Amino acid sequence: MTEFLQQLINGLSLGAIYALIALGYTMVYGVLRFINFAHSDVFMIGAYAGYYLAPKLGAGSLVGGLAVLFAAMAVCAVLGVIIEKLAYRPLRNRSTLTVLITAIGVSLLIQNVAQNQKLGFGPNPKAFPRLFPETNLHFGPLVVSSNQLIVLGVTVVLLGALWWIVHRTRIGTAMRALSFNATAASLVGIDNDAVISFTFALGSALAGAGGILYAMNYPSIDPLMGTLPGLKAFVAAVLGGIGNLPGAALGGLLIGMVETFVSGTRASTFRDAIAFAILILILLFRPAGLLGKVRVEKV
Amino acid sequence: MKPTFQLPRRGFLAVLATAIALATGCKPSGESGGGAAGTGTIKIGEFASLTGTEAAFGQSSHKGTQLAIEEINQSGGLLGRKLEHLTEDNRSTAGESATIVKKFISREKVVAVLGEVASGRSLEAGPICQAAGIPMVSPSSTNPKVTEIGDHVFRVCFIDPFQGKLLADFAKRTLKARKVAILSDVSAPYSVGLADFFRQRFIAEGGEVVVEQKYASKDKDFRAQLTAIKAAAPDAIFVPGYYTEAGLIVAQARQLGLAVPLFGGDGWEAPELIQIAGEALQGTYYSTHYSPEAKSTEVRSFVKAFQARFNGETPDAMAALGYDSAMVLADAIKRAGSTDGSKVRDALAATKDFPCVTGKTTLDASRNATKAAVIITVKDGKFSYLETVEP
Repeated sequence: MTEFLQQLINGLSLGAIYALIALGYTMVYGVLRFINFAHSDVFMIGAYAGYYLAPKLGAGSLVGGLAVLFAAMAVCAVLGVIIEKLAYRPLRNRSTLTVLITAIGVSLLIQNVAQNQKLGFGPNPKAFPRLFPETNLHFGPLVVSSNQLIVLGVTVVLLGALWWIVHRTRIGTAMRALSFNATAASLVGIDNDAVISFTFALGSALAGAGGILYAMNYPSIDPLMGTLPGLKAFVAAVLGGIGNLPGAALGGLLIGMVETFVSGTRASTFRDAIAFAILILILLFRPAGLLGKVRVEKV
Repeated sequence: MKPTFQLPRRGFLAVLATAIALATGCKPSGESGGGAAGTGTIKIGEFASLTGTEAAFGQSSHKGTQLAIEEINQSGGLLGRKLEHLTEDNRSTAGESATIVKKFISREKVVAVLGEVASGRSLEAGPICQAAGIPMVSPSSTNPKVTEIGDHVFRVCFIDPFQGKLLADFAKRTLKARKVAILSDVSAPYSVGLADFFRQRFIAEGGEVVVEQKYASKDKDFRAQLTAIKAAAPDAIFVPGYYTEAGLIVAQARQLGLAVPLFGGDGWEAPELIQIAGEALQGTYYSTHYSPEAKSTEVRSFVKAFQARFNGETPDAMAALGYDSAMVLADAIKRAGSTDGSKVRDALAATKDFPCVTGKTTLDASRNATKAAVIITVKDGKFSYLETVEP
């Protein structure tokens, strides 16, 4: 029982990070109907932003750590907007496939620049600095590290903030309108470009937060660190029903849990295989994902 | 209308055949690099993990090799010719080493190949050297399969059956552990092999392996495996992996409240281990090939030369083995009096009591070195020498 509860805590803190990344995928899909494959690299840039900003912003205390977190989110938000402006906006009226392939190109470009010793961070793993004071809390036989609590806390706060922005603000209403029908939205006076930029900023900031939280828990970062978590988060977004915000969060938590519970058994080497098999099963019975709605494509 | 684009069949086959000949290292126009009468430089090809997850190892080993070749050239080279040291990076990934070694052999006509630290990548390059009749010396691949490839593949380090045995004895005698948990990397032949040899010896000596968990290299989250290990309550945890993952494992084990000793093999030895895990490393141990604190003349002069060459950096075991691999090879070329592949091979096989930095080296019938190992512990954020284990 103790082991089960401990694994539950481990799974929750891993799943929370997947959820943050998955939200970015799902938001962009919601407004533009394409998968932003460069998202996982924004996640990586977030971790590196934290690495370079930490000594400057006085990491190691609660305030310093939060400052690094928000600074990295800001860096990623700006990066997301730039990527959208340079790579995706010129292709706005082309087919989704064109944009999708561009997204893969952007992803490879960021990864390769980042791996370059002179232009980027270099290919070798770097040790991520400590952002927050660390302690271990003991609840009977259970151990929860302060980092895990911070991951859960930050995720809950960010999810709440996201819900508030999407459902209670004008820009959020505009986002929902755009996702419902882009042409109609522009007809009623919504500036589509501005809303799309804002969506990218928001999604990328969440990826940046995810990058920081991930690096905090697993303090070895490298330019390809985004690939696997990015893939898992994408799966999480599809699992929850792509385009659906609570679905992405739910999907992230599920993938994190499944991975952790499989890792803790003898079948630990089949961790990813089992996680992806579950995805296939769920999609067989619910093609639109857990919370997604089946939409009939009108031709 | 049908498109009428077609490859000229015969021309295509010729291109294909050439490509295959190049790729397999065939030499259609006879030997061109070998022969004692050759002039120009003697080319030595080194493939190394200069970047990527095992970069710390690759860089150290490369610096050692570089120092050795510079020293040889300063004292006049070999057979009256200078050595030329070619190095290529395989980025710590699978698949690159084979391409690099093919290029070394077919295009650069190297006399011998040096490499690699990781057993998995030596296993990739070995068969190519073997097929081309070019001797290969691995500085620090410890998996026994590496030299089983064939009679042209050598190494200057001890092998995992010895390392696994000494770690099992260490766990039993020094750590007084009766129940041990193993957490191994399924994607690295080095880790799988070392775990096997450790398990055999430890169980034969009356110990018990209470739980075995696995991970893959590049994993970051080990909490699930460690939680399962914690539930089995072992006296010590054996982590036969490389330093990037080992560092994260140690840190996460301590976070989960696992206070038992963790220990591993020579894959742990890198300054990055300390950067990643920090003070969590207190009470961890690993076995390796040499300690810069040793008192022998070879070690002292090597440490001095290395520090003078590389800004005061203290050489680790990988650097020492990189140095030794080049020195053993140079000695063989000198004794062979030729750069012919099979003559150098025979001379390498006859290496006996050669004074290396990592101890006197004799290459046995299966082309492995037999030598002592040292155990290192981490104290106050620094590696410190604990004991020497003779074979």
